[in-house]
Amino acid sequence: MKTLFAQSVPGRTACLPPKPEERAERFLPKELMRAKRPVLPEVSELDVVRHFTRLSTLNYSVDSNFYPLGSCTMKYNPKYTEYVASLPGYTTPHPALPQLPKGAQFTQGSLQTMYEAEEMLCELTGMEAFTSQPMAGANGELTGALLIAAYHKHKGNKKTKIICPDAAHGTNPASAVLAGYEVVNIESKDGIVDPEALEAVLDDSVAAVMMTCPNTLGLFESHLPTIVEKLRRVDALLYYDGANFNAIMGKMRIGDVGFDVVHLNVHKTLATPHGGGGPGAGPVGVSERLVPFLPTHRPAKAEDGTYYLDTDLPLSIGHVSPFYGSFAVMLKAYAYMVLLGGEGLTQATERAVLNANYMRKRLENHLYIPYNRICMHEFVASASKLQDECGVRALDLAKGLLEKGHHAPTIYFPLIVKECLMFEPTETESKETLDGFLDDLIDLIETAKKDPEALFSAPHNTPVRRLDETKAAREMVLTDEV
Amino acid sequence: MPYTPHTAEETQAMLDVIGVKTIEDLFADIPADMRPKSFDLPQGLSEMETCAYFEKLAGKNNTDLVSFLGAGFYNHYIPKAIDNLVGRGEFYTAYTPYQPESSQGTLQAIFEFQTAVCNLLEMDAANASVYDGGFAIFEAMMMAVRAGRKRKKIVIDESVNPFYREMVDTYTDNIDVDIVVVPHADGLSNLDALKAAIDSDCAAVVVQNPNFFGNVQDFTELFEHAHANKAAGIISVYPVMQSVMKTPGEMGADIAVAEAQSLGQPLSFGGPYLGVMACTKKMIRQLPGRIVGRTEDVDGKTGYVLTLQAREQHIRRAKATSNICSNQGLCALRALIHMSLLGPEGLIRTAELSMERAHYLADRLTMIDGVELLNDAPFCNEFAIRLPINAEDAIEALMDKGFVTGYPAGRAYEGMDNVLLVACTELHSFEQIGVFTELLGGIL
Repeated sequence: MKTLFAQSVPGRTACLPPKPEERAERFLPKELMRAKRPVLPEVSELDVVRHFTRLSTLNYSVDSNFYPLGSCTMKYNPKYTEYVASLPGYTTPHPALPQLPKGAQFTQGSLQTMYEAEEMLCELTGMEAFTSQPMAGANGELTGALLIAAYHKHKGNKKTKIICPDAAHGTNPASAVLAGYEVVNIESKDGIVDPEALEAVLDDSVAAVMMTCPNTLGLFESHLPTIVEKLRRVDALLYYDGANFNAIMGKMRIGDVGFDVVHLNVHKTLATPHGGGGPGAGPVGVSERLVPFLPTHRPAKAEDGTYYLDTDLPLSIGHVSPFYGSFAVMLKAYAYMVLLGGEGLTQATERAVLNANYMRKRLENHLYIPYNRICMHEFVASASKLQDECGVRALDLAKGLLEKGHHAPTIYFPLIVKECLMFEPTETESKETLDGFLDDLIDLIETAKKDPEALFSAPHNTPVRRLDETKAAREMVLTDEV
Repeated sequence: MPYTPHTAEETQAMLDVIGVKTIEDLFADIPADMRPKSFDLPQGLSEMETCAYFEKLAGKNNTDLVSFLGAGFYNHYIPKAIDNLVGRGEFYTAYTPYQPESSQGTLQAIFEFQTAVCNLLEMDAANASVYDGGFAIFEAMMMAVRAGRKRKKIVIDESVNPFYREMVDTYTDNIDVDIVVVPHADGLSNLDALKAAIDSDCAAVVVQNPNFFGNVQDFTELFEHAHANKAAGIISVYPVMQSVMKTPGEMGADIAVAEAQSLGQPLSFGGPYLGVMACTKKMIRQLPGRIVGRTEDVDGKTGYVLTLQAREQHIRRAKATSNICSNQGLCALRALIHMSLLGPEGLIRTAELSMERAHYLADRLTMIDGVELLNDAPFCNEFAIRLPINAEDAIEALMDKGFVTGYPAGRAYEGMDNVLLVACTELHSFEQIGVFTELLGGIL
């Protein structure tokens, strides 16, 4: 499809503001002005509407396709949360207003919303306190690592390392490094963290261990109590990557079992839309010993029942976002929690786990499943045997699924399983949808054995077919030069 | 109601296939002593009740205030078509475009966003966005530190937005980077002092234009000096004003960043906002986050893919250029549609209408006895004035009358307790400005 820049016709306009009485030259000397006008599309409103409507139809989305992307929790995003976030009472206030003299009285609604959302997250997770400031899951990880650093610095601990299991999301080591730590990887045993492997690298220089539970193989980390005990001995903290939190709501609380820091990905567990790559929100919860270090300007409730921003936090790490994080995204997450309530959230988890196990069981005779036991909200299969048999890889199966109108599972992650396909159906999908998908996948596997070529060339019917990524990286055409 | 379609019969049929009796059997791995010690969450509500609850909460915010508060975040007009288009489920409920065949809509939109950003800033390459303008400054600094090899010093101008400088302090607290803040001079960047601070250990110099006080300067010479000393020039800009102001490209900046909230995002009490990052060709491999490139499919048809992924966390893990994963996808889409609906003329008019109002306001305010502009330098839509009283007191006095006077500079700058920052956009009427001036005059 032509870009909007390529459709541009000089002089054509859409949503033009009124003509100013003065032009910029009146206010800025020539040497402070740009020489040429910016090249932006000159198009009509219909051009814009048609262009983006057409572009949208080139996407697969939860609203149009089953999207079993493992570790991404692509559940349905209920529409009322958009309505809530678009209320003018919420969209209007300037974030600096409550920081001004007498300003807090005009933003009581937003302050109360933030306060209540954080309270509810505390009860959901068993953590002592939450901050809504981190702007995405990865930003929450970085915030968590900074909180860990602040804790150790305050105690005078000399810590230089963070331990990450080999099944961890790539963001874990990347966040630890960005926060100034050296990363130590440990190998899993039977698909979960091996306490002996941990013991072998655990010493006084370890600041924390980052864990995902259930882990990225969809398995519960059953050595958790032993791990907690080991860490206490060297005053190392335990970090919970909340990417897979959808598997345990109402079944286990992170704070109760000894985790010190957690980030939640609200676009996963709490149903805020992913938006093709954000905006997200990554609220971070902490245990009691980390509360003093939380980012400043914490929503608080005064004795008279009014809400204010607490800045009297001498040990705070400071600001991780300019104000209070992705307020509107947190608002949607809170609206989701309010509607579901405790029972609804627990049921979401139960049915996510039910759907994953149903898929796993129906696939077990068709695709190799390396850890084939009761899983949690997701599971991992491998195309390695299929590859040996007929050369068809995980990538080819993924492309075959696209051709059949389903989104592909996550492939080649976690790195510890060869030719990995990671399925996460979520709770919002029906048995018919799962059956339809499984029938198509099993059909593809059978086709692969008879006619592998059909899969190597898939997809055929998508807006574009397999793309030349090498050419993209070599030529680096990153803008439209019309 | 958790939006699950399972009937009791279907649940049973699925449990039968799995080979367990109850749902609880699926959670047998979690031992009794690891079960929740409390789970005292409220009962769920119907959609109708939920919406009513949030309507009531939202109603506790005041939406009738006339506000001259800016401080880097502005209430510009948002064309109505944006919500309609961005709200399409195909954009709203898609994931990060890892499978390009099924994500061309998102990928082409990012490619067009990159194009618009590069054209507006006159830079070579842009990424798909980061969280906000402050995080963009931090990421830009880290780009320069990586490119500068062993150099650890970042020179930052004090007139860079203090909200961002606080973030930078937080993010660099535990890493081996030294932040050197060069004091402003009456609200302007002290170019000589900035130059003097650039030494052989300096990886980059960071400035903002217009700066926090609203003033506009030329940093061409500063960046030339930085380059002569093998340091990078980083500039943070305001996208709306960039339609008329000298560009980062024209000044020779290596990295340009911006908070693009002003391009189609509501203020929404702080977010989500939109961090923009652009750079020269030389710096592309240091850019964090998603980047989209144009290529061809097996039939030779044009298509788009995420490219240069070897920089990113899902491939490079601990060696990645950043930990960023999700960016601000929908916010970037909003900004792209905003720029497309306004076009170059619309964006320039927005800047000019805002400037015209701010200058009218400045003229009126400085007619009040004891009120003067902080300096004589050019400004756009925000400016700093010195009052005869403490700025906090002025703000407090007018708040009860329904006016948000501005931002008190004393919050972030020593010796500026009487200095007030005031901002206008195209949405202020001359009548509002008149009433505001009279009210402020009345208390001084």
